[in-house]
Amino acid sequence: MSTDLSKPDSRLLPGSAATPVGSVGAATRPAKISVRHLNFYYGKSQALFDISLDIPERMVTAFIGPSGCGKSTFLRTLNRMNDIIPGTRVEGDILIDNADIYASATDVVDLRLRVGMVFQKSNPFPKSIFDNVAYGLRINRMTSSKSDLKAHVEQALKDAAIWEEVKDRLNQSALGLSGGQQQRLCIARALAIRPSVILMDEPASALDPMATAKIEELIVELKKQYTIVIVTHNMQQAARVSDITAFYWLGKLIEVNPTDKMFTNPIEKLTEDYITGRFG
Amino acid sequence: MEYHRHLDDELDSLRDRVLLLGGEAEAALERAMNALTNRDSELARQVLDQDDQIDQLEVEIDRQCIDIIALRQPAARDLRFVISVAKMAPVLERIADHAANIARVAIDLNNEPELKSVVDLRQMAEHALRMLRAALDAFTSNDAMAAREVIKSDAEINELYNHIFHRLIELMVTEPSTATRDARWLFVAKHLERIGDYVTDICELTVYMAEAAFIKHFK
Repeated sequence: MSTDLSKPDSRLLPGSAATPVGSVGAATRPAKISVRHLNFYYGKSQALFDISLDIPERMVTAFIGPSGCGKSTFLRTLNRMNDIIPGTRVEGDILIDNADIYASATDVVDLRLRVGMVFQKSNPFPKSIFDNVAYGLRINRMTSSKSDLKAHVEQALKDAAIWEEVKDRLNQSALGLSGGQQQRLCIARALAIRPSVILMDEPASALDPMATAKIEELIVELKKQYTIVIVTHNMQQAARVSDITAFYWLGKLIEVNPTDKMFTNPIEKLTEDYITGRFG
Repeated sequence: MEYHRHLDDELDSLRDRVLLLGGEAEAALERAMNALTNRDSELARQVLDQDDQIDQLEVEIDRQCIDIIALRQPAARDLRFVISVAKMAPVLERIADHAANIARVAIDLNNEPELKSVVDLRQMAEHALRMLRAALDAFTSNDAMAAREVIKSDAEINELYNHIFHRLIELMVTEPSTATRDARWLFVAKHLERIGDYVTDICELTVYMAEAAFIKHFK
């Protein structure tokens, strides 16, 4: 018999959720990045509206939403990549490790060393595999000797899970690698300069399923050491790799929640409509 | 949009199928109880004959759920609906199994001389049927509140079972000559009590579907 009449049955109270879906595995970590009341403008056109969000350290946070919703624009504010676009303007605060990255004293070059970026289309330099990874180390004078440089390059290639595939052809052109390998090489290039945050803008959208799987495995592995923020149009990818998912619509942050909650029981109707494909 | 119309069509078809299974389980229980109270062995055999169709329907629902998950990758409310149906179908099939077991008892009892009924199994069966209908209604209308009301009413069926259990044990002691019949009635009462528990499971799945809350095993 399933009911004990001597005790009140609290699960039968309306709205009771004995174990809310999404509560499992959603332990959060301290915020690596804190965004407060962020507005962003391309000239007179406002692209982001009053976004406030904490991005936890050493977790994967995915940004999802329809094209033009502002997720990539927002991603690029996190390492000031939008600065290079004329006429853009930012209001609000973005703090990384409690320091305002838009403060006048901020060294943007130093910021981009700490906040690396991987783009949708792999963009290796027309140089050797070794030189691609060594590039950032060299120009920032981050190594003390040739052997130190070699060790750093090897470690970055290992961290990007491509070492075994390239270790015997480090002096060959990076342009000879497959698309998936080029993307992992670009990740190695980003890792070489030891950032603490990695921004990924649709890093696997141009790759076949096998190469995508390798990138996704890599993301899950990298979060042990890095804070990762990924923009993706592939909702299954967001579900597979991320711990936290944020949904954007028309430049607004509509909902942010642990990924398992987001994909089983989102709070906002807009999110639910988007996730179930009934949008618009 | 075409893709999502297909998904909606598939979800509607799944809903229709599980409601069909629910209707078959309900009909099986009603017929089994009529077979018992009216001493109608032919009707009891019909219940047994139709059990295979119910099993087949459960398999089809299972397959359809797997196809939707594999091919459509539903999320949020769609996912909760498909998961709830996948878990509900075997529960409905088990209810039909209990109805079939009641039908078997009816055939056994009908092979023996008729004895005056000493316990009200009909009342218990009607309560179980009301619960099942209300549970299927709550599922259809995605109504967690109604599902919770049905769960509460399981206490009544348990009380009825306890009363019948003690009465039949008492009779087995005082009138050992009818102990076999009493034991068979006790089996029927136990089947009905288990059906109440299964209906509770269905309602818990409806609450999950509507509110994404797991209420099973939590009190």
